Amino acid sequence: MLVATLIALFLSMVLILLRAFAGPSVYDRVLAVNMFGTKTVLVIAVGGYALGWTSYVDVALLYAMINFIGTIAVLRFFEATAPEQATPDESNGEPRP
Amino acid sequence: MNLLIDVLSGLCLLAGSFLCLTGAIGLVRLPDMFCRLHAASLNETLGTPLILLGLILQVGLTLTSAKLALIVLFVLATNPTATHAMSRAALHSGERPIVDPEAQEKSSSKS
Repeated sequence: MLVATLIALFLSMVLILLRAFAGPSVYDRVLAVNMFGTKTVLVIAVGGYALGWTSYVDVALLYAMINFIGTIAVLRFFEATAPEQATPDESNGEPRP
Repeated sequence: MNLLIDVLSGLCLLAGSFLCLTGAIGLVRLPDMFCRLHAASLNETLGTPLILLGLILQVGLTLTSAKLALIVLFVLATNPTATHAMSRAALHSGERPIVDPEAQEKSSSKS
């Protein structure tokens, strides 16, 4: 069952990488990288248990924290450097051209 | 008792990997950034704790399972936060969700 879980995780990581390379906007790529990090946490935990290295759970815990903080930092960066006229106009629901 | 725990953990692992795969397929196939955000965040927030719960059931009551439970708590707290921050940043920088014009007309004529 652990092997089946690992195979599913690796398959989903391949699909997420496809989106990370193809994503039209920056936020698609950030989303894909964040999801890839969570999958990496799972792969470290499940693979470490399957191989008998239970101390790898510490690595997974640290990776989860760094993944979250990195995502927030990248989002802050792109939000701060976004062009000024791009702020949304709430009065009409028209999609921007 | 042992067999019961094995079956339960196997079920948790299977459900979690199914959710992870569905989230990845949704991330590739959905048409819009906000749709993709929805698919990714919902499936991941349930799938990751399910896989880790399956591991906890197999490990038993040790320090390792406490660390795994800590990862579960952390993911449950941070994953929705990251998704919210992402959607807010995308909305502020000018991304707009695809809206069906007919459905929008219907809802505006109703109200």
